Amino acid sequence: MINLWRSLRFTIVFAVLLGLLYPLLITGIGNLLFPWQAQGSMVVWRGRVVGSELIAQQTTVPWLFHPRPSAVDYAGNASGGSNLGPTNPALIAEIRRNLHVVERQNPGVTVSSIPTEMVESSGSGLDPDISIPDALIQLPRVARASGLSRSYLAGLIARYTQGRVLGIWGEPMVNVMRLNMAIVRRTGR
Amino acid sequence: MTVAGSIGIVAVIAVVLLLGIPLGGYLHRVFTGARSWFEPVFDPFERLLYKLVGVNQSVRMDWKAYLRALMLVNFMMMIFAYLIFRLQGMLPLNPDHIPGMSWDLAFNTAASFITNTNWQNYAGEQSMSYLGQTLAITYLQFTSAATGFVAAIAFVRGLTANRSDSIGNFWVDFIKIHTRVLLPLAIAFAVLLVGLGVPQTLLGAQTAHTLQGGTQIISRGPVASLEAIKQIGTNGGGFFNANSAHPFEDPTAFTSVLEMVAMGVISVALIAVFGKFVANRRQARVLYVFLTTILLVGAFVVYANEAAGNPLVHQALGIAGPNMEGKEWRFGPALSSVFVAMTTAFTTGAVSSMHDSLMPLSGLVPFLFMMFNLIFGGKGVGLLNIVMFLIITVFLSGLMVGRTPEIFGKKIEAREIKLATVAMLVHPFFILVPTAIAVATKAGTSSILNPGLHGFSEVLYAFTSAAANNGSAFAGLNGNTVFYNVSLGIVMLLGRYVSIIAMFAIAGSLAKKAVIPASAGTLKTDTFAFGAVFVAVFVIVGALTFFPALAIGPIGEQLQMLSRLAGH
Amino acid sequence: MAKESSRTISGEILTRAVWESFVKLDPRVLIKNPVMFVVEIGFAITLALSVDPLIFGGVRHPGQRAYNMTVAVILLITILFGNFAEAVAEGRGKAQADSLRKAKTDLTANRRKSSGNFESVPATALRKGDVVRVAAGDMIPADGEVLEGLGSVDESAITGESAPVIRGAGGDFSSVTGGTKLLSDELIIRVTVDPGESFLDQMINLVEGASRQKTPNELALSVLLAGLTLIFVIVVDTLEPMATYVHGSIGVATLIALLVCLIPTTIGALLSAIGIAGMDRVIRFNVIAKSGKAVEAAGDVNTLILDKTGTITIGNRLASEFIPVGDHSEQELIEAAVISSLFDETPEGRSVVDLGKEKGVSRARESYSDAENVEFSADTRMSGLNLADGSLYRKGAVDAIRRHVLERKGQVPDDLAGKTETIARAGGTPLAVIRGTDVCGLIYLKDIVKPGMKQRFAELRKMGIKTVMCTGDNALTAATIAKEAGVDDYIAEAKPEDKMRLIKAEQGQGKLVAMSGDGTNDAPALAQADVGLAMNTGTTAAKEAGNMVDLDSDPTKLIEVVSIGKQLLITRGAITTFSIANDVAKYFAIIPAMFVAMIPSLQALNVMRLTSPHSAILSALIFNALIIPLLIPLAMKGVKYRPVSATSMLLRNLLIYGVGGVITPFAGIKIIDLLLTALGLAHI
Repeated sequence: MINLWRSLRFTIVFAVLLGLLYPLLITGIGNLLFPWQAQGSMVVWRGRVVGSELIAQQTTVPWLFHPRPSAVDYAGNASGGSNLGPTNPALIAEIRRNLHVVERQNPGVTVSSIPTEMVESSGSGLDPDISIPDALIQLPRVARASGLSRSYLAGLIARYTQGRVLGIWGEPMVNVMRLNMAIVRRTGR
Repeated sequence: MTVAGSIGIVAVIAVVLLLGIPLGGYLHRVFTGARSWFEPVFDPFERLLYKLVGVNQSVRMDWKAYLRALMLVNFMMMIFAYLIFRLQGMLPLNPDHIPGMSWDLAFNTAASFITNTNWQNYAGEQSMSYLGQTLAITYLQFTSAATGFVAAIAFVRGLTANRSDSIGNFWVDFIKIHTRVLLPLAIAFAVLLVGLGVPQTLLGAQTAHTLQGGTQIISRGPVASLEAIKQIGTNGGGFFNANSAHPFEDPTAFTSVLEMVAMGVISVALIAVFGKFVANRRQARVLYVFLTTILLVGAFVVYANEAAGNPLVHQALGIAGPNMEGKEWRFGPALSSVFVAMTTAFTTGAVSSMHDSLMPLSGLVPFLFMMFNLIFGGKGVGLLNIVMFLIITVFLSGLMVGRTPEIFGKKIEAREIKLATVAMLVHPFFILVPTAIAVATKAGTSSILNPGLHGFSEVLYAFTSAAANNGSAFAGLNGNTVFYNVSLGIVMLLGRYVSIIAMFAIAGSLAKKAVIPASAGTLKTDTFAFGAVFVAVFVIVGALTFFPALAIGPIGEQLQMLSRLAGH
Repeated sequence: MAKESSRTISGEILTRAVWESFVKLDPRVLIKNPVMFVVEIGFAITLALSVDPLIFGGVRHPGQRAYNMTVAVILLITILFGNFAEAVAEGRGKAQADSLRKAKTDLTANRRKSSGNFESVPATALRKGDVVRVAAGDMIPADGEVLEGLGSVDESAITGESAPVIRGAGGDFSSVTGGTKLLSDELIIRVTVDPGESFLDQMINLVEGASRQKTPNELALSVLLAGLTLIFVIVVDTLEPMATYVHGSIGVATLIALLVCLIPTTIGALLSAIGIAGMDRVIRFNVIAKSGKAVEAAGDVNTLILDKTGTITIGNRLASEFIPVGDHSEQELIEAAVISSLFDETPEGRSVVDLGKEKGVSRARESYSDAENVEFSADTRMSGLNLADGSLYRKGAVDAIRRHVLERKGQVPDDLAGKTETIARAGGTPLAVIRGTDVCGLIYLKDIVKPGMKQRFAELRKMGIKTVMCTGDNALTAATIAKEAGVDDYIAEAKPEDKMRLIKAEQGQGKLVAMSGDGTNDAPALAQADVGLAMNTGTTAAKEAGNMVDLDSDPTKLIEVVSIGKQLLITRGAITTFSIANDVAKYFAIIPAMFVAMIPSLQALNVMRLTSPHSAILSALIFNALIIPLLIPLAMKGVKYRPVSATSMLLRNLLIYGVGGVITPFAGIKIIDLLLTALGLAHI
């Protein structure tokens, strides 16, 4: 009986400590030290939030770089992957569709040069980064559609490219939001 | 496979070991009552908590009293979480107006988080209010890790006691693990994560007006505080549906490495704690060598298969490259692969890539790691499983050196074997029986996403993950049905508590025995020879138990894939 | 009996074992062995299926009945093999029991009535406390203690030793055993047991295995085996529903075949045979273990307590040197010593005469026939001869001789004390020799360590067993002998309480202690020790207190008993490991065979390239059955034990029984499959 009472007291005391005080403490410190990150790395353009630097968004217009395929249509409130198994015919069909999209949007690209990450859906459906080959395949299209020069865009890609952490972790990549924001700022659209 | 990727994998595991082993020294001091530098902070804080909870520090408990307190407070917390999930729609801190959960989903979720499984049949951003994320999820992520941890500490105390009944005071242990280990680590890690891009806010979802003129609703919330304890406590239940693949949970390759380190260190440290309790560093070293080797082999099996890519895709579409389906580019194939191995080895269950989309042989690794459930293993429970298999190994090999078996100077007799057998039975029973029921019934098969043998793997994975209290998923399976909510919930609860009870009973029975001094005729358990036998025993027993099911699942799928390739 | 038991398994035993194998099919008997009981249930089901293949529904296939029947027959054979192993092991004991029973039948006894007269009653009517009279040529009717008389007894019925032994009232040789024969004189005996509890009864029960209980370790192993069986029952039971997922059905007979292949039938079938054979090996060493637990405990012993005299050293001290004192020559000393010992029949005395002869001095007894022999007494502590010419020759304890000489105003040479000290320090016993009051010198009596003891103690040390020597000698002497024999420790001037204290101290540290003893004052220590080996020549109290009795009364047997105990455990572990390791190959035979119809790609797992699914399953099952009789000799003989470090022994045994256990069935199953194919049975 005494244990029952003690368990109840523990449950309440620690719920307050770990379930309320701790998150509030982190919220306080986090917002004090890193207010931008704490609120989701939101990007503001002309007074409006246009998205998060960390969250890919639906981008189909030719003058912007496109993020990796999303199995959830870039729903920022419903993340997820396709969960298609490796031997599932639906997986091949999905990749084939994505492949056709890439081919259609970027005429002249050879299939064998298309990297798998460009046509296979990301895990979160919100992958904010693309690989350098992916960006380079899109470059001619973006240049054509945006009116920016290829060399300017190549310079942008180079500027925003992030290498591997310490040279060993992760892959060389470029953040789509940063690239596109640079294009938006430059073109003023 | 790339050189950088391979070095990266080895480096992650090396960092985990380098940080985990010294941490073991600190943990040992905490649980042997030594004072620390931060005593002026810890001591008054703990006194306050003892007072609030009503704990008498001087009480010593035997295994039954300890277990009773552990079970009771777990039960209480589970009820508490269940009520929060049911009622969250009416409670504050719900800016996105998320309704309460159905009874079965609330039961499944409460069972999942109280057992440190963190299996999620809900999508966090859609079905969990901020209050649920903090007051239920974050809270249980602390206490469930603490429960496993103190269970292991108490067990080891029993193992090393000499003709004694006491295995410590549950309440003191349970509070100390929070104040001296989990909370300080979580606070530091959470603040770090915010700095690296993980949101921590009570503001509701942000509606963004996208660059091409659409709108996007971006969910956010108190993510960092949850993320920190999710990893440190080997919980794995994410704030978002995509878990650590979600850029808000794991924004960069660097945070991914940090998250892996966070989930590994305490489990790794526990082996060192174990070595210190049994006063045998060699014992810890032998375990480190073998477990690390297996972990590395697993990580590289995944990496090799993922980096090689999907041959069917290559054959059908003519593109070549690593299997990136379900993976995030910032992690790439290497970090994603080592995450797969580590999250199942440490039974965290967080995922930074979608396991359902792994190549068949890559998928075999998480299966095996969960089935073994002792490649370091989760908070404490991994250590319990290690000792359980040490007992079985000692029993078989002890006989072969001509002595009735003993472990750390304690005779292993019928009672211990009976209990260890019960603990050993838990796994096959709670994995195979529900899987068999599920795949043979409409209720079970209707949730399957992928056709063929892979669909079978989805179901097998679900129950393996639940029984091993892992929480990762072949997420194509729709678990949010009454059938899966209830069956997985029960499997998680039994998978955790039956083995804890059995192991506690072993600890109680071993504690009473006298320690027999070692002699030249004693089988040494701290040699590499014995370590090899230990590995052989759990691999063979594990393989023998699950081979038929795995043959229908990932092994069959791999062979089918090969014959399909050859057929073209 | 002991001699008989050493011969190999006879045809008679085998015939009886075959019969027993069938008797043991009785489910009520078999249920005690859960592993084999599961096989029997499998047999019953497949038998039913071979009558009507559709009991559990399904579709009729051609040849189904024949296949089910084949599986049923192999299962039956598997059980019979297991029963046979146990029956053979028991058979040897039964044969021994029968010969013992012969010694027991039709005994009559002369019981003393309260009036003091004797009446003739059947031996079975005797109760504890009755007093009986036994005349020369009679069988002793019950275990008891000699109250009056002294006689020679033929104990060959029990010990196998044909030389008669002397039994008499008082002392440590007063216990007699029922069923033995009094050869001379007459004894009055007090019965010490009730019917059915006698030593002979106990022995019959023991060798027959009637009172056999599972030992603690055997029990633990049985639990583990039952647990493994349960795991495989789960594995196999869940296969059929899993098969429905891939749109197939496996068939009950095949599932049962898989189950039987996976559960540890090999060790399950041989476990009790191993235990019985272990006991039997002890018996063949002429040691009766009162329980299997004692044999098992012997394997675990940490500390061995041995009496010096008779165990480490040969029972008696022998003269090894003559050391003259004063101005006496060695020749004079030898002459005096030999004369003083001429009629001394003790081994010490004989050794003095022998050593003298070796040194060229011999005296004929005839020439001293008129001399008076003075026997050793506790008072004088010396013995010798009084010659007809009045001269006295004595030898005895140095201080006694010194007192004797000084009382008679004789001179004690100055170097006597020094030389005495030297001998004592070397671990010997000095005896002084005098002629009249003239001290001639000293005889150096030496303890002789039995040959090979040092090596055996070294072996024990390697096994991790500490040896402690107990002796009544002083510390100096004890240390020397201890060093010479190579024991780890010793207790000098030991009293029975010291032994008890040592045992308790060692047990307090969690150690297991073994000791041997024979005297009544050893009884408490024998009872306290984890392994107490009592000598058959010892007192009833000692024999009751110990948990083993050595019929040859050779205390060094303790060392063999330890080896046997270890061997027993190793055999158990080795066959268990072998049994489990076998499963790997069986999986590779059966799993592809089971699923090949549903998932053809799994044919890739058929690494042995077995001909057909049926031949694969039957081959695995036949291998599983055949391995039992093939391992019976190993179970009976035991795995060889050699004293090496635990880790290297583990590696060695793992290599043989673990790795070997994985590989052997791959070859075995393949060979059986080839045979089945050659015989055209592959597509049964």
